[in-house]
Amino acid sequence: MKLSYLKKIRIVVSLIFFISVTALFLDFGNWLSPRFTNYFTYLQFIPSLIKFIRITGIAAAGFIFIVFLALLFGRIYCSSICPLGTLQDIFSFIHRKIVKKKYFKHRKASSRIHYAFLILAVIFLLSGSLFAVNLLDPYSNFGRITVQLFKPLLLVLNNLLAFTLDKLNIYSIYPVEIKGINFIGLTLPFLFLVIVFWMSFSSGRLFCNTVCPVGALLGLLSRFSLYELKIDKEKCISCNLCERACKSECIDKKGKYLDFSRCVSCYNCIAVCPTNGVGYFYGLKKNELSGGDNVDLKKRNFILSCMGLMLLPVTSIFAQIKIAPKNPSKLPIVKKNPVTPPGSISIEHFTANCTACNLCISACPVQVLQPSFLDYGILGIMQPKMDYQTSFCNFECIICSQVCPSGAILPIEPGKKKITQLGKVTFVKENCIVYTEKTDCGACSEHCPTKAVSMVPYHEGNEIIASLRMPQVQNEYCIGCGACEYACPVKPYKAIYVEGNPVHQIAKKKEEKKIKEKINYKEDFPF
Amino acid sequence: MDRREFIKRSSLAALAAGSFGSIASILPNSFQEQTNYDLVAVKGGEPDVMFDKAISSLGGIKKFVKKGQTVTVKPNIGWDVVPEKAACTNPKLVSRIIKLCFEAGAKDVYVFDHTCDSWTRCYSSSGIEKASKDAGAKIVSGASEGYYQNVSIKKGKNLKSAKVHELVLNADVFINVPVLKEHGSSRLTAGMKNLMGAVWDRGYWHGNNLHQCIADFATYRKPDLTVVDAYNVMMKNGPRGRSKDDLILMKSLIVSTDIVAADTAAAKLFGVNPDEIEYINYAAELNVGTKDLSKLKIKRIIM
Repeated sequence: MKLSYLKKIRIVVSLIFFISVTALFLDFGNWLSPRFTNYFTYLQFIPSLIKFIRITGIAAAGFIFIVFLALLFGRIYCSSICPLGTLQDIFSFIHRKIVKKKYFKHRKASSRIHYAFLILAVIFLLSGSLFAVNLLDPYSNFGRITVQLFKPLLLVLNNLLAFTLDKLNIYSIYPVEIKGINFIGLTLPFLFLVIVFWMSFSSGRLFCNTVCPVGALLGLLSRFSLYELKIDKEKCISCNLCERACKSECIDKKGKYLDFSRCVSCYNCIAVCPTNGVGYFYGLKKNELSGGDNVDLKKRNFILSCMGLMLLPVTSIFAQIKIAPKNPSKLPIVKKNPVTPPGSISIEHFTANCTACNLCISACPVQVLQPSFLDYGILGIMQPKMDYQTSFCNFECIICSQVCPSGAILPIEPGKKKITQLGKVTFVKENCIVYTEKTDCGACSEHCPTKAVSMVPYHEGNEIIASLRMPQVQNEYCIGCGACEYACPVKPYKAIYVEGNPVHQIAKKKEEKKIKEKINYKEDFPF
Repeated sequence: MDRREFIKRSSLAALAAGSFGSIASILPNSFQEQTNYDLVAVKGGEPDVMFDKAISSLGGIKKFVKKGQTVTVKPNIGWDVVPEKAACTNPKLVSRIIKLCFEAGAKDVYVFDHTCDSWTRCYSSSGIEKASKDAGAKIVSGASEGYYQNVSIKKGKNLKSAKVHELVLNADVFINVPVLKEHGSSRLTAGMKNLMGAVWDRGYWHGNNLHQCIADFATYRKPDLTVVDAYNVMMKNGPRGRSKDDLILMKSLIVSTDIVAADTAAAKLFGVNPDEIEYINYAAELNVGTKDLSKLKIKRIIM
C-alpha cells in the first residue's frame, strides 16, 4: 500500500491549524470573527474537554472527535491539530536545516514520568483545580507564549511601521498601545518556551512523550487503535532511514519495532521507507509486534489513568471546593476579590474552567483582560482577570465570551451583559479631587455607562457649594465594568474602584422618564 | 451698562441693522448677500442641509479652505454608541463638511478623536468611520501617544503644556465639530470641551481644575471653524448617555469662527445660563473669544 501522500496531507493540515491558531492569538485588530476562532479552537483537546464537563453537548464535543480519531488512527491531534506540536516540529526542522547530519535516534520510553504528569493533572482536576492541567496543556501554553511573548513583538514591529508611514502621512496602519506587560506574565511562558525549544531542538517530540498530559492520554488510547502504524518485517531491509526520520524517536530499527503509543502520526517513516515497509495495519491483534518495554508496568499505569479519566465528568462537583467565595465586606479598603469577565458566572466557575490559554486576553479589544498572578491564589496563576488599572470593559463588547474555548466564559447576549454585575463600585471621598481640591472633575461619572455614578451638588456639612458637583454611587445599577476606576485621575490610590463579586449578580436598570419637551422649530433662537 | 442704556444701545443697533437692510435692498444683487457674520444659527433642517445654509451665510467653504490645503476635522467620537443616541457628532454632518472641503479643493481631509471607549469601536459604531471614508477623508487613530507632540501653552494658567495630536498641529485648516450635550463634570460640552479629545493626557485636566484647563487649551490653537451639532441633543446623563429618552430633537446648528461665542450660543440653546459655565467665563477672560453675543453679528436662519 502506497501511503507516502499521508505526510504531505499531515504537513498541510498542521500548517493550516498552526497558522490559523497563531493568527487568532496575534490578531490585535479583531479582524478574525469569533466564528472563525471557534472553528480552530473546537478541536483543541483540553479546552474542549473542560467545556464538555460543564456544558455537555455538541458545542463542546471536539475532544470526543479527537478521541475517536485516536481510536481509529492514533495521535492525529498531536501531529496536525496541536499548535505546540507543530511549533516543536518547526524547531527541529530548523535544527536539521542548520546541522545537515542531524538524525533522530531511538529512545527508550519514559512512560513512568509521562504517566506521572498525566496522573498529576487528573488529581488536580479531581480536586477541582486546573492548576496542573493549565501548566501542562500544550494548546494553552502555546496561547500564552504567543500572546505574552510574540504579540508584543508583533506590536512593536507594527508600531515602527505605523510611525514610519506616519512621516509620509499614511495612517492606514495604526499603532497599538502595548498595555499590561508584567513580569510574571512574561516569565512563565518564557521558561516554558525555553524548555520546549530545548527538548524539541535536540529530540523532536520529546515533550509530547514525557510531559504533555494530552500526549499521554492519547498515547494510551492509541494502544487500542483500530489501525496502527507497523513495520512489515518481511519488507524491512534495516536501512535505518525510518528511525532517523522519526520525530518521536519511537522506532527501534534493531527490533524492527514501532511504539505506536508514542507515535505522533507524522508519517515521516512512511515517506522515507524505500520498500514501502511501514504502513497502517489492522491493529487489534496485539501479539507478535508488541513487547520490548515492561508490559506489566504499562498495564498498571493504564488502568490507573483510565480510572482517573472515568472520574473526569464528576470533577464539576469537586470543583466547588476551590476558592470559596469570600463574603464581600461593607467598607473595603483593599480589594478582596478579583473581577472575572462577563459570562464567567463566578470566580469559582471561572477558575474551575479556565485553562489560561489567553485567547480572551488576545481577543479583548481594550486589553482589560490580563493574566493574573496570585489574585486567584497560586493555583489560578495566569488565569485572566479584569485589570482596571490597564483598561475597562467596553459596554457593548462580548468578544471574550464568544471566543472562550473551554466554557470558562460562557456565551452571553449583549443585553444580558449590560446588566450583569461583575462587581460593585466603591467611592472613597477622601481621595476624590472634588473633595481635596474643590474643583470639578467627574471623569468617573462621565465614563459610567449605567449612571450608577452620577454627579450631585457638593455638600460640606450642611453647606452646599452650588458650583461644585460630587460623584454619588448607586451600587444597584453598577455592572462593575471598571470605567470609573480606570478614568479616575487620582494617583496612586483611586478615589473610586470596583470590588469584584465572587458570584456575578444582576444589576437594576436605572428607570428614568423620557424627556417630553416639544420643540417649536419656527420659534426664534434664545440669543 | 444699566438696563436703560442697554435698551438704548440695542435699539440703536436694531435700527442700524434695519436701515442697513433697507439700503441693501436697493443695492445690486451681488451686494445683497452679507457674509461677514460672526456666528450663524440654523434651525429646522437636516444636519447636512443646515450646514450648507450656514456656510454659505459665512461666505462659503472656500473662504476657509483653499486649494491644496490639508484639513483636520475633529468631531466628537468619544463613545462606542450608535448615532441614534447622539453621544457622538452626527455622521451626516461630518460627511457634508468633508465633501465641501474637497469641493473647495482640499488636498487631504483627516478625521480623528481621542476617544474614551476603544477607538476602533467608537469610530465604527458612531457611523463616522463609514461617513468619513465614503466622503473621501482618512480616519486616523487618536489612541496612540506617538501621534501626540508636546507643546507649550503660553497663555495657559493651569495648563502650561500639553501633548497635542499631530493632525491638529500640522493641518492648514482645523474644523472643530462638537456635538452639544449635557456633561456630568463640565455641565455642558460643545466647542471648547470637544478639544479635550485633541490632547493625550486628559487625566491632568480633571486633576487640575477642569474648567481652567479647558479654557487654557482653547488659547493654543483656535479652530478655524467651530460647528456645533445640536440636531439631537442629550439633555441629561451626558456625556455618554443612557438611551434615546435622554434626547431632544432640536434640529439646530451653530457655526462660528469664534469658539467662545459658539459655546455661549450653544449654552443658551441648551437652556443654561452661559455665565454658569465656568470655562466659558475663563475663556472670555483669556480673550479667546467673546461671550457677549450682543457684540456679534449673528445670522439666524429658521428653515
